[in-house]
Amino acid sequence: MEEILPDKKLDIKSLICPYTFVKAKLAIEVMEIGQVLEILLDYEEASRSIPKSMEDHGQTVLKIEKINDTDWILLIRKDKD
Amino acid sequence: MDFTEEQMMRYSRHIILPEVGGKGQAKIAKAKVFIVGAGGLGCPVGYYLTAAGVGTIGIIDNDTVELSNLQRQIAHNVNTIGMAKVESAKKTFGALNPDVNIVAIQDRISKDNIMDLIKDYDIVVDGSDNFPTRYLINDACVMAGKPLVSGAILRFEGQVTTMMPKDGPCYRCLFEEPPPAGLVPSCQEAGVLGVITGIVGGLQATEVLKLILGKGDLLKGELLIYDALKTTFRKVKVPKNPACPVCGENPTITELIDYSSGDYCTT
Repeated sequence: MEEILPDKKLDIKSLICPYTFVKAKLAIEVMEIGQVLEILLDYEEASRSIPKSMEDHGQTVLKIEKINDTDWILLIRKDKD
Repeated sequence: MDFTEEQMMRYSRHIILPEVGGKGQAKIAKAKVFIVGAGGLGCPVGYYLTAAGVGTIGIIDNDTVELSNLQRQIAHNVNTIGMAKVESAKKTFGALNPDVNIVAIQDRISKDNIMDLIKDYDIVVDGSDNFPTRYLINDACVMAGKPLVSGAILRFEGQVTTMMPKDGPCYRCLFEEPPPAGLVPSCQEAGVLGVITGIVGGLQATEVLKLILGKGDLLKGELLIYDALKTTFRKVKVPKNPACPVCGENPTITELIDYSSGDYCTT
């Protein structure tokens, strides 16, 4: 599968809800349509809630991956302003 | 706008709303709102708009805080009795959110100062307690082209409406002239359940934020009437009057009028 290169990377490790989503939303708001945001997080609940909220807001979730014992990486494509 | 960590936390419940987001919060932070009255309505309107992070809040009132105000005027307290209401409110609002620039004006609003006072603000909120002021604010907002969020309370009832310049009716389309002083309830008849001011002020603050955000339907061309005893909200359509003396096609009122307030009870 082709590797997707993010246009922006956001590290929200150590943050918990709702700041995980607040930071992610603020980051994606200032991006262009079609750009991809990579989010690195270590709060398990956010690995489910951020993708769900992003989809509710009209964005597309490209990847949810647990990369080690503590961390997840999400790839979100901005589809809606 | 770049939010500090503190602002990100403070406004997080706004930012996560799809209708607000960081962009909406930035609009709120840039907005300038002028509130007439630091009493029953001005207190909750100013308090919530301060909490919301409105950039600049101007507030005018000539009175000082009295013990009888504290049953409903929630920005004041026993330690600010005797203080100018606007200073008392500024203290309370400032303690809630230091991001907000509070401009406190201890003065009586009149035909001579109103245009200058409102000129730098985006939205005007009427929290006044008497008809002469209500008509003065309406006429000034029509002439200055400022949106006006109007509220009124009496006994167990409250009313709210939003008037947009050149788009829908103004207060004079609804009631052309102030009522004769004899028909206005006297002080001893004019009781109010204190909490009604919070309901109506909360509705006014909501209208202000929707105006700033450009989201939702405003109470434009509609008067919302809240009856606390029956627990009902009614909306009454208010048509624009083409012959309105101030916002109609051929206005006869082209200068501001100070109706005598001496005949009215204003407490």
